[in-house]
Amino acid sequence: MRFIRAMLRNPTTSVGVVLCIVVVLGALLAPWLSPHDPAEQSILDRLQPPGGEFLLGTDTFGRDVLARILWGARISLVIAVTSISAAILIGGSIGMVSGYAGGRFDLLVMQVMDVMLSFPSLILGLIVVALLGPALLNLVIAIALTAIAPFARIARAPVLSLKQRAFVEAGRALGFSHARVLFVHILPNILSEVLVMGSLWMATAVRTEASLSFIGLGVKPPTPTWGGMMRDGFENILDAPWLSIWPGLAILVLVLGLNMVGDGLRDATDPKLAGT
Amino acid sequence: MTPILEVAGLKKHFSTTRGFPWPVKTVVRAVDGVDFRVHRGEAFGLVGESGCGKSTAARALLRLIEPDAGSIRFDGTDLRAASAGALRTLRQRMQIVFQDPYSALNPRRAIGRTLAEPLIVHGRARGAAAREAAAALLAEVGLPAAAMARFPHEFSGGQRQRIGIARALALRPDLIVADEPVSALDVSVQAQILLLLRQLQASRNLAFVLVSHDLGVVRWFCARVAVMYLGRIVEQGPAAQVFAAPRHPYTRMLRDASPVPDPACRAVLPRVVGEIPSAAAPPAGCHFHPRCPRATDICRATWPGWTEAAGHGCACHHPDGGGWGVAQ
Repeated sequence: MRFIRAMLRNPTTSVGVVLCIVVVLGALLAPWLSPHDPAEQSILDRLQPPGGEFLLGTDTFGRDVLARILWGARISLVIAVTSISAAILIGGSIGMVSGYAGGRFDLLVMQVMDVMLSFPSLILGLIVVALLGPALLNLVIAIALTAIAPFARIARAPVLSLKQRAFVEAGRALGFSHARVLFVHILPNILSEVLVMGSLWMATAVRTEASLSFIGLGVKPPTPTWGGMMRDGFENILDAPWLSIWPGLAILVLVLGLNMVGDGLRDATDPKLAGT
Repeated sequence: MTPILEVAGLKKHFSTTRGFPWPVKTVVRAVDGVDFRVHRGEAFGLVGESGCGKSTAARALLRLIEPDAGSIRFDGTDLRAASAGALRTLRQRMQIVFQDPYSALNPRRAIGRTLAEPLIVHGRARGAAAREAAAALLAEVGLPAAAMARFPHEFSGGQRQRIGIARALALRPDLIVADEPVSALDVSVQAQILLLLRQLQASRNLAFVLVSHDLGVVRWFCARVAVMYLGRIVEQGPAAQVFAAPRHPYTRMLRDASPVPDPACRAVLPRVVGEIPSAAAPPAGCHFHPRCPRATDICRATWPGWTEAAGHGCACHHPDGGGWGVAQ
């Protein structure tokens, strides 16, 4: 509780939390908040400007943009949360075991991670989606793959210093297994660092998903996604700029919110800044 | 009676390979053939300057650092030949207390859990019984049971060291390796901790291997003592005898560097200066010869053998008793 209060004392973080809550509520309450069905087409109402019956206007098929943005938030959040959770689980474990084991094994694993890091995340995602085909699960896999290497590094660094501490040696002397020492004693000491990076990387995941959808490798239409909406709107950018502007703003709000929360978490967990 | 711990020819060498494209391999002989034995309920001291390998020796004999050569027999069982499972069982009977009480405890774990965990892992107690055992351990080291719910950062260095000792006692060991257990503490707290250790030694019939650079601590606490220099033991014997009448010039130098507050004991030996040489390139012959006032040609050429009389031995070509005496 004191931690949360310390975090919210920072105005930037509070704004970030509010932005994230707005998006999450929008996604959760989409069925009740949407004035129209996001897939309902109406030729008579196509390309309506914002205002009136359609608060944010309609697209070329006459679908309600507001409804599609609310439903699209679900896709963005689901992909961001699942892919980053998977990356934390897999990458974090790899980094912890590698750092704890040390020696040649560590060297080898980290070089593999360096190779993975050398791919720009969009390119790596593109390769995976191109190989597996555009589907929700494949997007999650693609984005998780891009984040595994960074999380391996984030988890490994503190393990390297923690394993030198006497309490780890004491655990060994008491006859604890390596698994117990690593996951019961070391893990709680690195968790906050990893989770902070998780919130920052969720913002990256949202952007990657939007970029992949924008180039047509996202979740297939007619499922509404923010990246896909931007691309569809692009064809009418001169006549109906709102089609691209609204989903763009939605991405901005979520990415900004996640980054602000991540920064706030980082400051709040840094013991050097805790008292300030 | 078999000694609780018997160490023979213990060696630990660390090697580093550096340089490109012509790598140079450096071998640091941290522990280079160490023999000693500790009896049940006996306090044995390992003294020496920093870097002499005493801490490495202490860890190697618990196999916290894997030794390269030699034998470690714990209560008659060869520790180096023990399988991983057998080692887990044997380790319950030999524990370690660390120098730095701040890093010795997991900062994210309440004291009660830290103390109960070994009992639970080894299936000795669980639930309420484990909590009771943890409270009893705290009482034994002089801390209230209320400490169970608190975290390491809420305690002072001395209190943390008590908790570290309680944890070492949890599995009812026969031997405790104490690696500089008081050198990180204030002098007044040092005395309390040493008294506690001596009390435990008596009440639990514990054997100790006490590693320290502080001769005062070792002289007070240990029945027998070994003096290490550059990975080897240079003198070993009953503590009172070794410090009252050191036979090796290095022991004398150490003793004179931590004088007894008694002008009658002032030494006339020339002051020995210099630093401990690197264990990566130890001097030929007797490792101590560059700093030794008695060094002769034979010291520069060959390592002196071990000579022992009445349980007090040393490795020196010119041991004391031949005109190098102290003005008493």
